[in-house]
Amino acid sequence: MALFKLQINGKSYQTEAEADTPLLWVLRDNLGLFGTKYGCGIAQCGACTVHLNGEATRSCMLPVSAIGTSKVTTIEGLSKNGDHPVQKAWDEVDVAQCGYCQAGQIMTAAALLKRKPQPTDAEIEATMSGNICRCGTYHRIKEAVKVAATKK
Amino acid sequence: MSSQLNHNRRNFLKIAAATGGGLLLGFNWTDSEAAVSGAPLKGVAAPAIDFNSYLSINPQGVITILSPNPEVGQGIKTAFPIIVAEELDADWKNVVVEQAPLDTQKFERQVAGGSGSIPHSWKRLRVAGATARHMLLEAAAKRWNVSASDCTTSKGFVLHAASKRKLSYGELATEASKMPVPTDVKLKEIKDFKLIGQTIKNVDNPGILTGKPLFGLDFHREGMLIGMLQRPAFGYKLKSVDSAAAKAMPGIVNVVTINNSVAVVGKSTWQVKKAKDALKIEWEKDGNLESTSDHNRIFKEMLDSPTTTVRRKDGDVETAFKNAAKVIKAEYQCPFLPHSPLEPMNFFAHVKADSAELVGPSQTPEAARNQTAKLLGLPPEKVSVQLTRMGGGFGRRLNTDYAIEAVQVSKAVNAPVKVMWTREDDMTGGIYRPAVRYRFEAALDAQNNLIGYKLRGASINAGNATREDNFPSGAVENLLIDSIDHKSPITTGPWRAPITNFLAFAEQAFLDEVAQAADKDPVQFRLELLDKAKQKPTGKVTYDVDRMKGVIQLAVEKSGWGKKKGVSQGFSVYFSHRSYVAQIGEVVVEKGKPVLKKVYSAADCGIVINQSGAQQQVRGCVVDGIGHAMYGNMTFKDGIPDQKNFNDYKLIRMNEIPEIDVHFVQNEIDPTGLGEPSLPPAGAAVANAIFKATGKRLYNQPFVETEVFKGVS
Repeated sequence: MALFKLQINGKSYQTEAEADTPLLWVLRDNLGLFGTKYGCGIAQCGACTVHLNGEATRSCMLPVSAIGTSKVTTIEGLSKNGDHPVQKAWDEVDVAQCGYCQAGQIMTAAALLKRKPQPTDAEIEATMSGNICRCGTYHRIKEAVKVAATKK
Repeated sequence: MSSQLNHNRRNFLKIAAATGGGLLLGFNWTDSEAAVSGAPLKGVAAPAIDFNSYLSINPQGVITILSPNPEVGQGIKTAFPIIVAEELDADWKNVVVEQAPLDTQKFERQVAGGSGSIPHSWKRLRVAGATARHMLLEAAAKRWNVSASDCTTSKGFVLHAASKRKLSYGELATEASKMPVPTDVKLKEIKDFKLIGQTIKNVDNPGILTGKPLFGLDFHREGMLIGMLQRPAFGYKLKSVDSAAAKAMPGIVNVVTINNSVAVVGKSTWQVKKAKDALKIEWEKDGNLESTSDHNRIFKEMLDSPTTTVRRKDGDVETAFKNAAKVIKAEYQCPFLPHSPLEPMNFFAHVKADSAELVGPSQTPEAARNQTAKLLGLPPEKVSVQLTRMGGGFGRRLNTDYAIEAVQVSKAVNAPVKVMWTREDDMTGGIYRPAVRYRFEAALDAQNNLIGYKLRGASINAGNATREDNFPSGAVENLLIDSIDHKSPITTGPWRAPITNFLAFAEQAFLDEVAQAADKDPVQFRLELLDKAKQKPTGKVTYDVDRMKGVIQLAVEKSGWGKKKGVSQGFSVYFSHRSYVAQIGEVVVEKGKPVLKKVYSAADCGIVINQSGAQQQVRGCVVDGIGHAMYGNMTFKDGIPDQKNFNDYKLIRMNEIPEIDVHFVQNEIDPTGLGEPSLPPAGAAVANAIFKATGKRLYNQPFVETEVFKGVS
């Protein structure tokens, strides 16, 4: 066990964990941040997506010891009041069915729009195809990314 | 169409004054709300909710509705309250919805399965809302000293037009709770619905979109331990376990044997996962060690077996085939499939000396409670089950194995434990869609009439893999449907739209081939058969011919069937889970490969409760149906699954979906379910369109492994 200092959602955390513990489990088990989901553990489904210095990153394979001073943002820290343009678009379009994958979808979409404020359909598909939605809400995810692109 | 209902008194338990004043009504399944105009009242603190009831109205006008059925993504937690709120004339923005725990005293059928929740509860929910509305109306009339028939309700208010007075439901709640409960309450006319049929958002959106801990895997209790199990493959049992290394690892509290599995219990998920991987387990043979290659052989044997179970026999099939001008034969095969809900199996259990507490995602919480009670020797009322939102289920969570495991582990280590399955555990741990092979034979006479029809279903652990009364049964004079099943150690169970999820593909693909042999348009061919089922039926007809024709016509009209240039269309129609769905797929060939561009779907599920939820269910079913038909494949070698995670088991992704155009037949028929019926026809709509585009028939799933897709990953 080692002590790790982490910058998450604008706050400083100190937590003890084994060095190889994936960030996902530090968030969920140590820090009580349950918004980031486990789906596959091998970076195939995207349910665990967080931002690392603003970039979409799969937290299920990222050892806590590799984070260093990087800034982590989870779904809980994407906005103060759940009003990030992507969250608003997801609500407007009413994307979720079971909802389990949506935090990961939202984090992937938010990083895309930061990098590419007006993505083409092909760019949306290329990026969002890394995230699985078992309920099949893909049409609305795509629509919501476009709606979010129109918001400030 | 207004209906007078003599509602069952059992459905109305009692009325009690709410804590802090307010109306509490107990019905099966219900609740509603009401209140004042202007801003939503959801921020107002409601009085303590009495969980002996379902609907409460607080003096501020906030209406709390308990939703008793498990929410698995089918949208029931939004749909049920809409129905109550409609009849109550509530203002939707002042409704608060809460998930009820398992409570068999107050609720019936707390199940998510069979697309059955809405048809089961439709009338009950309406009566519940209408009854409360009636009592509020009576209370206002009494206060004003006017006739109740001169009063009306709107958006959470009772109005008296003559004197221009109005009172909010909140103001009336306490008095209303003392009014007699009407025994036959008048329901709204369908044309007067204001909420039902609108586009209403998922009530859990705020929590889902901000990462609130809504799901079973998110459940946390101080002092709780994490458990993971290593389970045997199919046909094996535990021989010995060396857990010394695992036990010595940091954070590990105990390693225990549960039946034929080994459970590692510890303080954190990652520690437990690593210790589980460090177990040294020896398994021994405990049954047949079956491989997919064995099943392929067994299928052929079953299809040629003289011993089967006859499911339906009409007329004289032998003579019909002897006299046939043309005989068409085809076989179709579909593999095992895991359910793959994105939230893997998990459950929290705390077994104490004289009680047990369960929390988690279950489609059948009552079964989990009863099995727990039996296992622990407790009366069922000593076992509580709290329902969490489920990260998908698709039938997997109709089984209670994972909840019972949590109970066993908690008991063994005498502590509160959340058992979780890794994705690998989930994919390899059993309960699959059964694998099936069908043989169809059709006899046409010289005029190309279908005079004989045979279907044999050969399955691995499916029981009866046919649905003998489904179309075209009833439309063919000479018909024989039988089935044969092989018992395998590979465990199976219901998978979204059980049996029909692959039977519909086979039937509708075969009918397409028969239509071709009869030189008829595939739609026209089916319409002629349907006319026959109506005008000159053979045996039992269990589908409504007019409703099936209705969805066919709607799909044909919306898709421009037969008139479109530049795309190849394929048709499919199916009746399952009480709803009718016709679908038309559109395929083009790009770089020598068929590409599915669009699916038109036309459904008749009666009255649509929520446009948003209904559209989602149809699209989700089509994506699910196409995705698994295209890619899903679970194979075995000596009882051990070959696929273990999403790197070797493919689920459909955004860049592989077609456009999906969703339509509903508009009628005033009582609503039926939508969680499943749009899935079964999807596979054949695609396969038939691919045939049109390429001239190649698809007989086996997954499609991607067949010749026409070779080279496509």
